[in-house]
Order: sequence, then C-alpha cells, then structure tokens
Amino acid sequence: MGEIKLTDVNKSYGSVHVLKDINLHIKDGEFVVFVGPSGCGKSTLLRTIAGLEKITAGEIQIDRKRVNETSAADRGLAMVFQSYALYPHMSVRQNLAFGLENSSMPKAEITERIGEAARMLEIDQYLDRRPGQLSGGQRQRVAIGRAIVRRPTAFLLDEPLSNLDAELRVSTRAEIAALHTRIGSTMIYVTHDQVEAMTLAHRIVVMRAGKIEQVGTPLDLYNEPANRFVAGFIGAPHMNFLKAEVAAVELGTVTLTIGGGHKLLVPLSGHKLKVGDKVTVGIRPQHITLAADPGSLTVKTRLVEALGSETVIHADLHGEKLLAVVQGQKQIGSGDEVHFSVAGAPLHLFDENGLRVKSA
Amino acid sequence: MGAAARFILRRKGGKGWHWTDIVTWVWLIGGLIIMFGPAMWLAFSSFKTPAALNEFPPSILPYVTSQATVQGYDKPLQLFEAKMPDGTTKVLAEVRRIGLVAQMVDPTTPGEIIKVNMNDRTPVRSVSFATENYTEPFTQFDFLRYLWNSVFVTVVATLITLIVNSMAAFALSKYEFTGRNLAMFVILATLMVPLSVIMVPLYSIISTLGMFNSLWGVILPTVATPTGVFILRQYMLTIPDELIDAARMDKASEWQIYWRIVLPLTAPALAVLAIFSVVWRWNDFLWPLIVLSRRELYTLQVGLSIYSGELNVQWHFILAMTVVTMIPVVLVFIFLQRFITTGIAGTGLK
Repeated sequence: MGEIKLTDVNKSYGSVHVLKDINLHIKDGEFVVFVGPSGCGKSTLLRTIAGLEKITAGEIQIDRKRVNETSAADRGLAMVFQSYALYPHMSVRQNLAFGLENSSMPKAEITERIGEAARMLEIDQYLDRRPGQLSGGQRQRVAIGRAIVRRPTAFLLDEPLSNLDAELRVSTRAEIAALHTRIGSTMIYVTHDQVEAMTLAHRIVVMRAGKIEQVGTPLDLYNEPANRFVAGFIGAPHMNFLKAEVAAVELGTVTLTIGGGHKLLVPLSGHKLKVGDKVTVGIRPQHITLAADPGSLTVKTRLVEALGSETVIHADLHGEKLLAVVQGQKQIGSGDEVHFSVAGAPLHLFDENGLRVKSA
Repeated sequence: MGAAARFILRRKGGKGWHWTDIVTWVWLIGGLIIMFGPAMWLAFSSFKTPAALNEFPPSILPYVTSQATVQGYDKPLQLFEAKMPDGTTKVLAEVRRIGLVAQMVDPTTPGEIIKVNMNDRTPVRSVSFATENYTEPFTQFDFLRYLWNSVFVTVVATLITLIVNSMAAFALSKYEFTGRNLAMFVILATLMVPLSVIMVPLYSIISTLGMFNSLWGVILPTVATPTGVFILRQYMLTIPDELIDAARMDKASEWQIYWRIVLPLTAPALAVLAIFSVVWRWNDFLWPLIVLSRRELYTLQVGLSIYSGELNVQWHFILAMTVVTMIPVVLVFIFLQRFITTGIAGTGLK
C-alpha cells in the first residue's frame, strides 16, 4: 500500500515560509507529478514527504499512520535524486545492496533482488563497474534500481531526467511510465518540465510560491485551468493572454472587446460578469487558425518559425503579443499582415484576480 | 638525444636563449641548491670522522687523511705531498710542526728528517666513508628501542588524529546546528596559540592524569589539530549533501554514513592529513622531551639529543642518526606526494 495524505503541511526556514497549507491526498498506485517553476517548493515538499526535512506544522500520513516523527529510513519510501547520488566509491552492485544490507536482509535475498532489478533495468552487464564509469543514462537506471530493490511503499523522484540529453529524456520518460505500470507502486515525481508532467502523471499538482495552485488530471489542467498561472504553465507554447472588456452579457454568451475593437463571443453561463468588467481572455496558440476573411483578427507577424509539420507565428495585435501554431507549411514572411480566426476555439476567461470565470 | 633531453633542454625562443629561459634555469638550479644542498651535506657529513667534521675549510665529501706507520715512531703519522726545493714532489710523513716549518720523514728512509715549509705541503686525502657512525649507535645506543617508541607514537597518534579530526569535520560540515560556525571559529582560533604558551598547563594536566613518563602522554595532547579539522572539513563540504540524504533513505545510521560514505570519499584529504601527522609526530622533539624522562621511553628525536652532552657533542653520531630518522619521512613523501599535491589542490589549502 502506498497511500499518502498531507494535511495543512507548512514548512518555514526561519522567517521564509516555503510551504503554505499543503493539503493533498495521494491514492495507492497513483502517479502524481509536482510541477512548478523553480523555487516553488516542489522539491521541498517531496523532501518533507521523504522525511529529509521536518515540517513546521501539519500532518503527513503514510498508509493512515502519522509519520511526522518517523525518520526517513523508517518511512518505507525510496527516492531517486536529481544528481542520482550514487555512492562513487562503490560498485553498482554495492550501490544497490547498501540499503538492503542496512536493513539486515539475508545475502541470498539481496542477490536475488539485485538480479531482478538489474534484469528489469538492463544494467546486469555493468554491475561491477563504478558509477564514474557509467554514462548518464546508465547512472539514471542504477539510481532507479537502487529504489526498486528496496520495494518501497512509494517512489519519490526528484527531477530524475533533468541531467539527461533531450533524446534520452524522452526514452527514459517512457521507461518510467512502463515501470510504473509494471510495479504499480505509488510514485511522486517532481519536475519543472510540464511536458514530463503531462505525459507521465495520473494527476498533476501545480505549485507556485509554496502553494498548490491546482490538482487534477493532465487534461483537466489543460482544458480547465483554475487560474491564469496554471493556464500559462501547462501547455507549450504558452497560452496567449489578451486584455478584454465585457461589452455585452446575454443569456449563455458574453461578448468581449479586445484590442483594436475586435469582438469575441464566449459561451458562458452562471457567471457574475457585468458590462464594463475587465477580464483576461486566454487562447491556446494551437487553437488559432489562419483565415482568409479580413473581418477576423488582423495581425502583423514579427517572426515566423517553420518547423515543417507546423508553423509558429509570432504576431502583434495592437501592442499585445499573440502566438499561433498552425498546421502545415505556410508561405508567410516576417512583417506580413495575416488574418487569424478563433472561431470555435475554447476561450478561457480570467477575472481581475487571475481566477477562472467558471461556467456553471 | 632522447625525448627526455629534448624536453628538458627546450627553450622558449626556439633556437636562441630567451631571458625567461635563463631566469628559469637560475631559479631552478638555485632552488635545487637551497633545498637539496643541506640534505646532501647532512648525508655526506654523516660519513665523516670526528676529525674531518672539525676540519676547516669544510668539504662536502668525507675525506680521510692518509696515515702511515713509520719505523721508529710509535704513532701512525699523517702523509703529506711535499714540494721539494728542487721542484719535485714527494710523499712524506709529518713528525711534528715547529712554527711555519714541518719536520717530515720519508717513509722509505725513516732516519732522515726533512724540513719543509708549511705552505709547500698538502695532505694526502682519499674519500672514505666512516660507516661506524651508523653501526656503532646500533650496538651502543638503544636505537631499536627508540625507533619502536617513535613508530608507536607516530602510528597511534596518526590513527587517532585521523579518526578524531574526521569526526569533528563531519559534524562541522554535514550537520546544521546553532553555533556551528562559532565552533569552527574557536577551533581555528587555537591555531594562534603556540605550543610553548600552553606547555605548562598541558604538562600539569598530563601529570595529573598520570600520563607523565608514558607514551600516551606524548600521543594524546595534540591528536586534535585545528589544521586537520580544517583540511577535512573543507574537503567534506565538497561531498554533495544528496549523497548523505540518499544514505539516510537507504536506512544507514549516522555512524554508517560517516564510516561507509563520508570517510571513503574523504580519502585524498585524509592522506594529506596522515602525511602531515606522520611528519609532525616523527619530528616532534620538545613535547616528548618534556613528558618522557626515562631513557627506555625516549623517541628517536629525544634519544638523539643524548649525543649532545654538556661537554662535547658527538656530531658524527648525531648526523648519522639524523639521516636514519629522516628515512621514514622521506619514504612517506616519496610514496604519498601525489596525494599531497592533489589533496592540497582539492582542499584549497596552501
């Protein structure tokens, strides 16, 4: 079992408050990803769960038992560190065995577990090498192997892919996902890369400045971000934000005026918007299409990046930046005037506080 | 010319001599003479007889003036090469000297005295190594006893130094606690206090603890050295904290973290401290002299001082035994010097 429950967890270093009222319930077997910009406290949160940092207030439960006072060694968790933290003076085999020897496990079982993990991770050929003689990807596997042999109740992974090159990162990401399916244990994964978060997670926890901004499945976060921060953080390239003013409120629709006097119709009901309210409208770059009709948004391109399968257009809309990703190859140059259409695109509305204007 | 010669003789300016080449050579040769000269002199002088040691002007190689037993004279006479009035040179034995004139005899015709001006004769000398300087102390002087005491003090003190200092360094580098920096500062501050200042209180402590006239009294007072703590702490700071976190997750106790993770990774710095400690302990003279008053407990350095008595100093024995006592330290340096260079570079200590 690997159920982890955090209740009102707070952590401060002196006067610096790094975790603020964290409430989170991680179910057994779930793959949860903590994501957020650097310095948001996600690694600290992971370390408090691991027991490497003491919390200042609140409660941490693992399998319904309070573990606030339990040392890291006795929480039954295993951690994979960003730097891998392999013991450089020990062979791969000794690295894997170290934790098992410390819990005075019989030699035969240690050998068996190491053999099993080594086969699973395909590191059997270099069990007798030192970490210094391994490549980054191999070290990564050993670090994961060291966690697997412990058979922990939950795996904690602290930015495990950040030291790998782009290609290896993609393949290792897939392997971690496969590993999770195979082992079925709870995994908590910290990253600042939202692509990793989107591809791996059952649920994503978006954090900012020590607070949880939103918890949800990757598609929930993508389709219904709770606030401007989450909307901007999830999805690549980032969502476009345009200043808008409510021009008319009708039953089931809100009409907005954006820069240049363009009107946008947003289907929305059960809200408290009034005419004249200032809002922010968010449009994902992928939802913008090119239109031939001069009646739609007319913008001036600043930069056009042709990626082959898609074209990224950086444009200016009355002083506001607008990014569009359109499918295929387009004959557009920098400085050209083009017409964008957002007809049918999901539009996200955020109020003055940056919170999502929800449709009831 | 081989590759080595080409390497040594290469010059900055290609063919000609650049001034930096000259400065480099002068600097290196000067350095060699300054650093190595005294050691060479010591080694050669240790093979000189007492008479040769007192000779003026001194020589580097150990020369012995040749002597011959001449018929009609009880004692062996010294041989000289004398310039005869006719311009030839002859080997003569000196009988006595009166003022500026030496009375000499030809060993082949002992009856006839030849008067030679002092300036016209030079002693017949040959290089000869007085190995009895080395062999005699081993029989008369309790060299093996002193050697054992020195080895015991050096080895035990070095081991304790390494353990105690690395423990302090571990705590000061890897644990967060209030007063950590203050503790480090206080430890470093003791560097400013020379041994001579604390000698008397230290002596009374040792004496109260009953360690007077015991090798432990020599070993224990200086096992905790600020230099050692500093070298090791600076090195341990470079060990990533994630390694220690990983060990904690791996159920390692704090002792295991210290013993199985931190100590092996500190090996280069430990080697540096071990070398320093061996050299300090081996060469230590004043403190053992104070604590040890029984001959059978003397360390080598104290034992050597027996040769400088109140009335005469047996330089030939002192020099020979100094060479012997230098050997272990030199060996330690030869075999461990790569650790010194890498270790010192690694700790940022000069």
